[in-house]
Amino acid sequence: MPQLHVRLHHVAATLAVLASLTLATGCHKKTVAPPPGSMGPTIETTGPAPTATLTAEPLAIELGQSVALNWRTTNATSVTIDGLGPVVPNGTQMVAPANSTNFHLVAKNDNGTTEANVRVTVRVAAPPAPMGDNSGATGNAAADAIFHQNVQDAFFDYDSYELRPDAQTAAAAAAAYLNQHPEIRVLVAGYSDERGSAEYNLALGENRANAARTALISAGVTANRIRIVSYGKEKQFCTESSESCWQQNRRAQFSIDR
Amino acid sequence: MEKMLNLARRMRTRPDLRWNLLPLAMALLISPVLRAQDWFKTETSTGAGTIRMAAANFKPQSPDPQSAALKRTFDAVLYADLANAGLFDMVSKSLLPTSTPGSPSEIQLPQWSGAPTSAAMVAFGSLGTQGDHLIVNGFLFDAKNTQFPQILAKQYNEQASDDQARQIAHRFADEIILRLGGGVSGIAETKIYYVHLAGGAKEIWEMDYDGANQHPVTHLGTTSISPRVSPDNSRLAFSSLDRSGFQIKMYSLLLGRMVTFPSSGGTNLSPAWSPNGHDLAFSSSRSGDPEIWIADASGGAARRITNRKGPDVSPVFNPRTGAQLAWASGGTNGIPQIFIMDSDGSNITRMTDGGYATSPSWSPNGQFLTFAWNRKYGPGAPGGQDIYIMEVATRKWIQLTHDNGRCDYPSWSPDGRHIVYASSPNGRMDGMKIWSMLADGTQQRPLSATGSDMPNWSWK
Repeated sequence: MPQLHVRLHHVAATLAVLASLTLATGCHKKTVAPPPGSMGPTIETTGPAPTATLTAEPLAIELGQSVALNWRTTNATSVTIDGLGPVVPNGTQMVAPANSTNFHLVAKNDNGTTEANVRVTVRVAAPPAPMGDNSGATGNAAADAIFHQNVQDAFFDYDSYELRPDAQTAAAAAAAYLNQHPEIRVLVAGYSDERGSAEYNLALGENRANAARTALISAGVTANRIRIVSYGKEKQFCTESSESCWQQNRRAQFSIDR
Repeated sequence: MEKMLNLARRMRTRPDLRWNLLPLAMALLISPVLRAQDWFKTETSTGAGTIRMAAANFKPQSPDPQSAALKRTFDAVLYADLANAGLFDMVSKSLLPTSTPGSPSEIQLPQWSGAPTSAAMVAFGSLGTQGDHLIVNGFLFDAKNTQFPQILAKQYNEQASDDQARQIAHRFADEIILRLGGGVSGIAETKIYYVHLAGGAKEIWEMDYDGANQHPVTHLGTTSISPRVSPDNSRLAFSSLDRSGFQIKMYSLLLGRMVTFPSSGGTNLSPAWSPNGHDLAFSSSRSGDPEIWIADASGGAARRITNRKGPDVSPVFNPRTGAQLAWASGGTNGIPQIFIMDSDGSNITRMTDGGYATSPSWSPNGQFLTFAWNRKYGPGAPGGQDIYIMEVATRKWIQLTHDNGRCDYPSWSPDGRHIVYASSPNGRMDGMKIWSMLADGTQQRPLSATGSDMPNWSWK
């Protein structure tokens, strides 16, 4: 389960659940007429694969706010959304993710599987930063976008803070960009996946940020331009319990330090 | 203390605990009778049996509805405190005599010592209100001693409120436990500090030892973790996220506000009080690598104790001596293990033999460690993280939790008979609850709602 505080909004829920149950059990035998008022599609013994759309409104929120997830499927016999479990074929639900989250919908029938995704970005309000050369939020956002086009995060193996070859490449690219832009100071943030002790993971995140910092210094970035911080598993990017998600969280993230 | 002795004996006399505990665990599951027999054996083998205790309903002294409600609270809390103590075989309320003696002249001991009550000890008394005051008279009698049965007589006079009825019951229970529990103070008046997750922020909260009175302490609106209360209950050290990362923070429980504690560079985590309250050990990366440091309680005279590559975190003093520390250390590419050392950094000894071991807590008598351990930890490996205890001298261990989700942050009670810990069925913070159990793993029960983590039991 992602860290979600889910509040159900019953959008024709009872009716739709009844309809989908009836359809799912009957689909191998014969065509069953949908009950009156059903929002579900007509199921045929052979036919098209499901279609699915998943949207979120709004796409970006401040921490603590809610997002309306809205999904529409056709021809599906089962619809699930990661973290919410089985859902009705067409529905709306309010969610309040604690972290930026990829919502992933899978619609299935006997003829195939269709997926739909939407990413909800959760902005954690940062303390007001002192204004430097980059004044104004628009200027900051543009500078951040250019920075992140040139500088990628460094990723780590499980329980390790050694820079892998790909992380060394990322750190070298970051150092090259920083050497071209001596006016930029960099914040290196260390993160860990969700497994294990929160206290230990904060120390491990510190070691990861430290390893990236050392690589930057070796590549010629002066130490006083680099600030490091560890978030351990306190600020997860990805909140699914899967290796791909854990890998996203095991990283040192570079950003402009203002 | 008796339980700890039993445990030590069990560990020494059983060469391979893993296999020998299995039939024991199965017996516990299969039959409550067998379980009782096991207790009978182990207790008698140390020369101390569980005491059969009757907690009478107290006699109402005033007929008003308010005191009836207060009496319900008092009777329930007193019974629960005595049952939680881990010392008594409590007489079910349905087996009590129908009489409710309010004073020594009203009790007829043969009713209590004879079958079916068969009590060795009787706690009884009276409760009433006078104006806005709640007055409780409590007695403890030895039911088998017909000549001089009185062990304890106490009178309490407080503001009439549900909370005071609760607190008086705690105080009376602790008086009983002190006298019948080998001179070790009870824990009914102790507090548990913990992390509470709400709206994306983590604040420090406090509750009574039994889960009552859950309420926030801090209102910082950020991520505050690892609360540790000082031995005199005056201050709360914890670690909190600000713009420069995690820093040690200090809250005065006497002043009810934050007090200054110096910030430093790096990530500063997991404070731990020395038993005399003079020193604070913590993890700090102010010199680069995360190491164990010790400073005085106001943050001055900070000195580095360890010098090891990799994460070093979660120190805890030996509360008996103050001369040793246990902590979790990762090494260069290692998975964390529990180590102990002298408080000057010498005599480092590794305690765990593999797996993923974190979050040590040292028993008040200095004899045992408890910690979170996933013995099968590794990339892709299945297996749970459970609470274990280990005898420091022999490094023999027993697993206390089984199939109860991911468990972490065990913390000993000051009487050494209980352990509080956090557990989550799905392993995530939003599913975490705080549980307590006896230090032999029995009487596991949840204390808090979900979204609660990192409990720390007060020292008194």
